[in-house]
Amino acid sequence: MKKTFKLQDLDCANCAAKMEAAIKKLDGVKSATVSFMTQKMTIEADDAEFDAIVKRAAECIKKVEPDCTVILK
Amino acid sequence: MSRKQRKMLCRIIVAAVVWAAGFLLKHIFNTEERFGTEGIILLVIFTASYLIIGWDILWKAIRNIAHGQVFDENFLMAIASIGAMIVGEYDEGCAVILLYQIGELFQSVAVGRSRKSISDMMDINPEYANLEVEGEAVRTDPNEVAAGDIIVIKPGERIPLDGEIISGSSALNTAALTGESALRDVTVGDEVISGCINTDGLLRVKVSRPYSDSTVAKILELVENSSENKAKTENFITRFARVYTPVVVIGAVLLAVVPPLFTGDWAAWIYKALTFLVVSCPCALVISVPLSYFGGIGGASKCGIMVKGANYLEALSNAQTYVFDKTGTLTKGSFSVSEIHPANGVTESALLEMCAGAESGSNHPIALSIVDAAKQRGIVPAAENAREIAGFGVTAEVGGKEVSVGNIRFMRKLGAECAEAESTGTVVHCAADGGYAGYIVISDEIKDGAKSAIAGLKKLGAAKTVMLTGDRKATGEAVAAAVGIDECHTELLPDGKVALVEKLYSEKPEKSTLVFVGDGMNDAPALARADVGIAMGALGSGAAIEAADIVLMNDNIENLPAAVKIARKTHAIVMQNIIFAITVKVLIMALTTVGIGNMWAAVFADVGVAIIAILNAMRAMRIKRAQ
Repeated sequence: MKKTFKLQDLDCANCAAKMEAAIKKLDGVKSATVSFMTQKMTIEADDAEFDAIVKRAAECIKKVEPDCTVILK
Repeated sequence: MSRKQRKMLCRIIVAAVVWAAGFLLKHIFNTEERFGTEGIILLVIFTASYLIIGWDILWKAIRNIAHGQVFDENFLMAIASIGAMIVGEYDEGCAVILLYQIGELFQSVAVGRSRKSISDMMDINPEYANLEVEGEAVRTDPNEVAAGDIIVIKPGERIPLDGEIISGSSALNTAALTGESALRDVTVGDEVISGCINTDGLLRVKVSRPYSDSTVAKILELVENSSENKAKTENFITRFARVYTPVVVIGAVLLAVVPPLFTGDWAAWIYKALTFLVVSCPCALVISVPLSYFGGIGGASKCGIMVKGANYLEALSNAQTYVFDKTGTLTKGSFSVSEIHPANGVTESALLEMCAGAESGSNHPIALSIVDAAKQRGIVPAAENAREIAGFGVTAEVGGKEVSVGNIRFMRKLGAECAEAESTGTVVHCAADGGYAGYIVISDEIKDGAKSAIAGLKKLGAAKTVMLTGDRKATGEAVAAAVGIDECHTELLPDGKVALVEKLYSEKPEKSTLVFVGDGMNDAPALARADVGIAMGALGSGAAIEAADIVLMNDNIENLPAAVKIARKTHAIVMQNIIFAITVKVLIMALTTVGIGNMWAAVFADVGVAIIAILNAMRAMRIKRAQ
């Protein structure tokens, strides 16, 4: 499954790159991009674990930029 | 400016005023004594300014270090500025953080602006559809309208769904999709495309596909996903940034510790090390690359060129081999009369009148094109007793004459003297009352601008232009020669096209890319195989939008060199920024090490370079429209 999430208060381009690198390293993530320009994160991961992976990705984001939140639709 | 940004601007102004007061006092006092009354006053003033502008950076630095983010920019900035204060350079330490914040504010305003201008441009999403229910128009979510439903579009409204007009006529503004400013006239029976704006008449439209398959939905999906495809340069820079910061920080630590072990001059070397920390932030680089591509993609879409990702724009900038499909790409894909050759004693219009009359009852594309050509010259085709003679042509009475129109065998059968016509299109001969009257050539028209587009590509350094077609050799070669294509392969089957693209792939100059341009109808495999697949005239063709990497929404092939120019310009901006930022930073570090540079120079290398790089990146968005 592949899904895109909006990110709020993603203020720094280098942080976006760090987030992307961290999320890519998570188990079960096939591909991930964090776009500073569009303030969006796209994750492709196994269906079964998808929600758990998104949660872990959100933790990665918090770790790099604590003010940045993932908007889970 | 958002509220957050305005608040930051206020903080910057207040802190700057306090800082200026401190700076003035410092020069009035002109004291070296740090712990006298005057020294303490300066410390208090600069600390106040520092806290006004930098408290959030200190807070983020502490919080991020707790999360194990050692090479966090806030942390590094905090160390550099506090370090400078401790060494006694109050004004510099405070200025570092002040300028850093100014740079950040500038960056966020600039990025916000380019984001907004691009999202405005892409504001094609219809908010509602007027669904006709029992004779009345009801506002409905476009998602809930099904194919076959009737919708009403009032003047000034955006067309919410693709469909066919069943009543009314109007002029459509397609600028949001195609970049063309000319209005498109439509009337009953015409297809309308979602995303266009209905300018004057009231239209009733029968919806042809649901919203999820509509042109607007396809384009929005394309735009949404374009940020996923990052350019190689961008990936390189983020990898570079990951190495750059630790290396500079380690350099700073070594600089602070190693030389003073020999010279003993601790304060001077620590100051140099702090200067290193100021330039350790890779932000200018990391922000300017995606910002440039984002701007380039946005600027391209203004011209009706949709790019599916920065990687394709990057690949296009290196293109040297261009492969074209013929029909629908270089030619219009519709037949028209290209030559009229009357026999001695017959006028052009008389010949056309006879042919058009005889063919007026037929629905064959060739017959239609002859009738069209006649109508364009004000001739009303009319005939009586038209009979088709299978395998030969048509015979009819036109203006009292017995007219026969058909192939050369037909002429020979009738005993009309005629020669084999030398031509690249389809030849239609005509005889009147048994005597030869001449022939008409019907061919696929070459698109306006095809020739200048090819010339434009060659001027941009195209090493090879190739045309592929399933058509006859003579026809294909004539088109290739007319538009100035170097190499031409004819009589190809669809899989033959892919095989040829494969072959051209192995022949292309090293490090360059191969572009395939088609109409997306039956060349999807070739579009997919090329480095960059470009679909032409994709307005209304969802299939083409899906198959290609770059989509030219309108039918103007001159947008192709325009797209290459945009790609080149964007790439040039990216390279300028990378080289400029790295050079300045390395230079400042070198100067600092030998003792010429200072913290002011370092702040310029960080904030100044970022601002210049961002301004440069925003140039990518400004594109002159190709006409």
